[in-house]
Amino acid sequence: MGQFVMPALGADMSTGTLIEWRKAPGDTVSRGDIIAEVHTDKADIEVEVFATGVVEELLVEPGAKVPVGTPLAVIREEGEAAIPVAPPPAPAEAPPAPAERPPRLLVSPSAKSLADELGVDLAFVRGSGPNGRIQRRDVEAAAAARARAPSPAPAAPPPAAPAAAEAEDRQAAMRRAIAAAMARSKREAPHFYLSETIDLSVALRFLADENARRSVQERLLPGVLLLKAVALALREVPELNATWQDGKVIGSDRIHLGVAIFLRGGGLVAPAIHDADALNLDELMLAFRDLVTRARAGQLRSSEFSDPTITVTSLGERGAESAFPIIFPPQVAIVGFGRIVERPWVSEGQILPCPVVTATLAGDHRVTDGHRAGAFLIALDRRLKEPESL
Amino acid sequence: MSTRAKKPERTSDRQRMVALLHGMLRIRRFEEKAAELYSLGNIRGFLHLYIGEEAIAVGAMQALTGEDRVVATYRDHGHALARGLPMGSLMAEMYGKTNGCSRGRGGSMHFFDASRLFYGGYAIVAGGLPVALGLALADAMQGNPLVTACFFGDGAVVEGEFHETMNLAALWKLPLLFLYENNLYAMGTAIERSQAQLDMEIRAQGYGVPAEIVDGMDVLAVETATQRAVEAVRSGGGPHLVEFKTYRYRAHSMADPDLYRTKAEIEEWRRRDPIDLFIAGQEIDASTVAELESRVAAELEEAVADAEAGEFEPLEDLERDVYTPLP
Amino acid sequence: MTTFREAVRQGMREALEGDERVFLMGEDVGRYGGAFAVSMGLLEEFGPERVRDAPLSESAFVGAGIGAALAGMRPIVEVMTINFSLLALDQIVNNAAALRYMSGGQFSVPLVVRMTVGAGRQLACQHAHSLEVWYAHVPGIKALAPATVADARFMVLDALEDPDPVFIFENAILYGREGELDGDRPAPYRAAVRRTGGDVTLATYGGSLWKTLDAAEELATEGIEAEVIDLRSLRPLDMDAVLESVAKTHRLMIVDEGWRTASLAAEIGMQVAERGFDLLDWPPQRVCSVEVPMPYAKHLEDAAIPSATRVVAAVREMVA
Repeated sequence: MGQFVMPALGADMSTGTLIEWRKAPGDTVSRGDIIAEVHTDKADIEVEVFATGVVEELLVEPGAKVPVGTPLAVIREEGEAAIPVAPPPAPAEAPPAPAERPPRLLVSPSAKSLADELGVDLAFVRGSGPNGRIQRRDVEAAAAARARAPSPAPAAPPPAAPAAAEAEDRQAAMRRAIAAAMARSKREAPHFYLSETIDLSVALRFLADENARRSVQERLLPGVLLLKAVALALREVPELNATWQDGKVIGSDRIHLGVAIFLRGGGLVAPAIHDADALNLDELMLAFRDLVTRARAGQLRSSEFSDPTITVTSLGERGAESAFPIIFPPQVAIVGFGRIVERPWVSEGQILPCPVVTATLAGDHRVTDGHRAGAFLIALDRRLKEPESL
Repeated sequence: MSTRAKKPERTSDRQRMVALLHGMLRIRRFEEKAAELYSLGNIRGFLHLYIGEEAIAVGAMQALTGEDRVVATYRDHGHALARGLPMGSLMAEMYGKTNGCSRGRGGSMHFFDASRLFYGGYAIVAGGLPVALGLALADAMQGNPLVTACFFGDGAVVEGEFHETMNLAALWKLPLLFLYENNLYAMGTAIERSQAQLDMEIRAQGYGVPAEIVDGMDVLAVETATQRAVEAVRSGGGPHLVEFKTYRYRAHSMADPDLYRTKAEIEEWRRRDPIDLFIAGQEIDASTVAELESRVAAELEEAVADAEAGEFEPLEDLERDVYTPLP
Repeated sequence: MTTFREAVRQGMREALEGDERVFLMGEDVGRYGGAFAVSMGLLEEFGPERVRDAPLSESAFVGAGIGAALAGMRPIVEVMTINFSLLALDQIVNNAAALRYMSGGQFSVPLVVRMTVGAGRQLACQHAHSLEVWYAHVPGIKALAPATVADARFMVLDALEDPDPVFIFENAILYGREGELDGDRPAPYRAAVRRTGGDVTLATYGGSLWKTLDAAEELATEGIEAEVIDLRSLRPLDMDAVLESVAKTHRLMIVDEGWRTASLAAEIGMQVAERGFDLLDWPPQRVCSVEVPMPYAKHLEDAAIPSATRVVAAVREMVA
């Protein structure tokens, strides 16, 4: 019998609120289908199911706020008979969410020591003890969840108001979450920065040619070239396409680029474009557009949050010339692009105006060094000078 | 009524008489000094004076050897002095100094001296009796020809521990000498108000313990009776009891307003002051007395000086001697 | 295999044989063979000088033990039960415990007192006390609680070797328990880990040890592995052993047959809070006797004292 449980949708998410079921008992589901919509402090997220079969029973009501890992539904997988099953030990009704936030954080002395040891922020841990007291196992679970589901977008601390927060509250919660995550990243990961100013003249001429052959809706943005170049450069320097968890580097043979998207009204998400290195420029453009649309509509999927192996952030037209971004843990690097600007450039002994962009790589010095980062930037530069290869 | 001891005859052993007087004077002056020092605040806690009872401690100790064992009560200054504990160590003890016989740990009520087999000094009435029983038991089991002399008062004889100790000492025929100092009052309670049977001879008979009743104001009578009893005990006669009729001229302790006795009664007993009686009865001349007094005064002065010169135990040693250090 | 009572007897026998200063004194220890049959046969073996029947005079014979110890003997005083020892508390607290200290270190009192404790045999409220904590409270004495056959034998010897007063508390329900007599002599005044486990520390002593071990077995079937510590010595308490265990398990439960309020469990819990605060993932818990004078009716008595069932239920809540 398969189970659909409250997924961890961020490294520090410890609870989620079920907003709405998209499937009912008796419905057939396939792996990857959206089965529910879940609210975390960052966003409302459509959640996919990983089992294939028939929905047997829904265990949790909409509106319930439950810890990560709580079974939400039972899926009768293919080949199984419909056996009436007693509800799993986890209570059908959600464990009581505190009506209001407890006035102070209750944590056992031993759990506190352990949290310090593991680098777990207690503000993001839900306590399973009496009065919400955090115990060792809660800290251990939070650390494990962080390891299991790497994400650049940590959840905010338990909201002051219940699940159905107003947009303002969500905004505030998201800001808090970002603030905490960024602070932690800077605190724990020793950032080093390299930057390279890249001559985009060849790339932009290529783009112009490509766009001349496309309709307006199909036009490629320069950012897409940058994304593809990053993806391909990562193939050459795969150490930067990794995550750092529990003191170990976990490499990935797939390249999922997290794309930083600034939301209207403030806030930031960085969902993944999966296998960016395998997409052609049009596919990449489509994926990028789709992500932006869904991000702004709050319709991102759980896997999009948890899968990026590296993030790319671009300040776009309105930004500064170079960016020195902060890494999204547990990733080990982040690439930042400034505004494409015209600058005097030396070319064959002459000073000419040239479109350039400054690419910056921030690396986690626990995991990588300037040598590798430098190699990446050199590769990036080369790719952008050979845009046909993108 | 009681069998009175024979009046002691005048003895030609003058020195011995003078020594007995000296012994009593030492106690008397020590107690008077202690009272003074207490009121000055140099001695604190409880202070129970032996004034009027000196003949018992002095006379009884004459009957004991240095190997016999002694158990006393909280009113133990006289017994300790008569037993030979240095005056300075007793004064220092009351000052709470480390050169006190109990290192300042016990105070007035808890004088101890292992080298002189002086086993305290008990604040619980009758509390020392079972311990005395055990000392006698050990001597019996080890075949030692020793006597344990246990002093106690009229309050003790109505405590359960007295009853149990009398019974067991008699049952096992232990070399325990019960020395009953009956000064007629247990703190503020007269014996008539506390003992259903006032005649200790009869009571002792109930246990099978031979008893004798003696005038406690007559040091020679005390000595003779105690000697008799010691010999009987030492020769395997089992426990014996000697009751000394006595009186304390001062209140129970320095804190006692003494409302339960009449001035007339006290005066009547003062006419039988053991020291005066002895001086008169032995015809000790005034110059001898004066000489003894000045010796006592000198010893006392030195004792006070010893006490004042003594050190207080350092606080770091507070927990010392709760347990015996292991090798 | 030997019984607990035989082991105590064996310990005393060895002591009587090995040191002529040792003697046993108490009510019915001789002709009767001991109220709990512990000293059966010792009178015949060692004679009435070494095995002394005392009259019902607790104060006198405990005090006599003190005096005899002062004068060079090594008495083992048997007080029939801790209930009767109340009659001798003056001698114990005011004399035995204090003589060394108040004399400025001039005397040691090498006295051993054994007494029976505990409920479970429907003997009602004047025969069922578990007042070990009163003794554990008093500086100047030591207190031991044998729970195994080996301890029944060796603690008598440990106590006799100690120059200070040692009180041994034998829980009546243990006398018939069987175990191995021969074995290594355990270190005196130290606790022993009777069962290892990582989920919760169960600290206990005396008669409660076996109930606690039963509880541990049942908890194991639920996947909860308890570490059981037999305290063995109540004064001094081997808190290092308890803390070492709590450092591993982060949870402490104390099983103590004394009444809950101001119990030995309270002392242990407090010490863990003082010295091991950061080790704790849960507040220290205790299973003690319910605060009633012990009733006669079996179901009431069983409910009043610690049981494996109560321990299991309480531990479940701690790890829930």
